[in-house]
Amino acid sequence: MQWDVVATNFDYLLFGAYPEGPLGGLAMTILMALGSIFGAFWVGLVVGLMRLSPRAWLKWPAMVYIEIIRGVPLIMLILWFYFLFPILIGKTLPAIQSAMVTLVVFTSAYIAEIVRAGVQALPKGQMEASRATGLSKMQAMIYVILPQALRNMIPSFVNQFVSVTKDTSLVYVLGVTELTRAAVQVNNRTLSAPMELYMTILVMYFVICYVLTSYSRTLERKMARYQARG
Amino acid sequence: MAMIEIKDIHKWYGDFHVLKNVNESIEKGEVLVICGPSGSGKSTFIRCINRLEEIQKGEILLEGRNIYDKGVDVNELRTEVGMVFQQFNLYPHLTVLQNVTLAPIKVRKMPKSQAESIAMELLARVGIHDQAKKFPVELSGGQQQRVAIARALAMKPKVMLFDEPTSALDPEMINEVLNAMKDLARDGMTMLCVTHEMGFAREVADRVIFMDGGAIVEEGTPEHFFTNPQHERTKAFLKEIL
Ligand SMILES: Nc1ncnc2c1ncn2[C@@H]1O[C@H](COP(=O)(O)OP(=O)(O)OP(=O)(O)O)[C@@H](O)[C@H]1O
Ligand SMILES: [Mg+2]
Repeated sequence: MQWDVVATNFDYLLFGAYPEGPLGGLAMTILMALGSIFGAFWVGLVVGLMRLSPRAWLKWPAMVYIEIIRGVPLIMLILWFYFLFPILIGKTLPAIQSAMVTLVVFTSAYIAEIVRAGVQALPKGQMEASRATGLSKMQAMIYVILPQALRNMIPSFVNQFVSVTKDTSLVYVLGVTELTRAAVQVNNRTLSAPMELYMTILVMYFVICYVLTSYSRTLERKMARYQARG
Repeated sequence: MAMIEIKDIHKWYGDFHVLKNVNESIEKGEVLVICGPSGSGKSTFIRCINRLEEIQKGEILLEGRNIYDKGVDVNELRTEVGMVFQQFNLYPHLTVLQNVTLAPIKVRKMPKSQAESIAMELLARVGIHDQAKKFPVELSGGQQQRVAIARALAMKPKVMLFDEPTSALDPEMINEVLNAMKDLARDGMTMLCVTHEMGFAREVADRVIFMDGGAIVEEGTPEHFFTNPQHERTKAFLKEIL
């Protein structure tokens, strides 16, 4: 066993070449996951609400978007965006930007479904009572439905964050130096300790995801107490 | 001019004819009690009056204005017709006070302080001003329903609709809600109440109507209704609930 390879390159696995060079490694993985979940939240919220609309011109595009994205493997989306985006916009997008767009789009389809399920899970009476006092549908959504639904969705958002953290490892195919690619690079350079290197990053992924998943389970238990009845 | 004029209304759910030619005229300050067996269309009927349900035929006039006219703003209409539901439907994420002030602030654009002082008056009127800072889950069913009444009153409606407001309550809490409603009736509110609380009907109703199969089968003063019902179905129904 050659754990010294891991020890000497641990900085690189955590932060890439930073601060001398560009940021990478685990820090990059976490930043990408945070950026993706943030972007995907807003896109997913809009798409999810469109999906709930009784109006066909809002509902159908949302349904098509959700179904297509959930129906293809992420790695295909990553490659498609990277090679097709340049054709569409006439210039190449840096790998990291292309990767982020893909992750946001991919994750947003799942968030949209979480939003839809969360809104539909609230008792119908909440919308009726708000409309009965004269609130518009939009006002009822903003002040009554979403504050409750979004809070109930927090555990699902945390789970989605866990997924996207794992998903970021796929963008290594574009040459983005996140955790997986950092390990590949170190391995290519040293060639002596693949087992130790990949074991190390595996544990890193696992610890992050495990901590978050346990946290989301705790949240779910806590929140079960505060839900609307009836 | 009647407060509410209901003319020949019909409603279908798909093929199912829920409301069959319902006619009714309610004067300002009148209290109407609607009773009838389950599934007879009572809820559907009163929910048409604030357009939570849409009718397919006929018209409903509120102070002479057809509420199904194209130019009618549904949200504005609903500020004039308050509603109280069987399940209370309070907003669980807001305090009692916020439940009452939400619509005045967002719909009427009332300043928060003014909305709150009005809300406190209404909460005092239904006897729960000391619970204003609590959340709905911390209140008993009877208290929650009284908050729901205050919430509806906060928009200063001209008409109040009640859909079985005491049916989800434990027996010992029914009276506190009925008392709030009686108080409202005595103050001259125009009220349509779906309820099987016959004591309430006797005491404050001006008229009682009995619905069955989507139609009004019988109507009259409480006196007539309880002592001298004409229709067989009314008699059978009264026998069952009294
Ligand atoms: N959204 C709907 N779609 C189809 N049918 C419906 C719908 N809502 C109500 N109904 C039917 O319409 C009929 C009248 O319902 P409604 O709720 O008005 O009855 P109700 O007199 O209020 O009964 P209850 O005393 O049980 O509340 C019932 O047969 C019911 O099954
Ligand atoms: Mg009903």
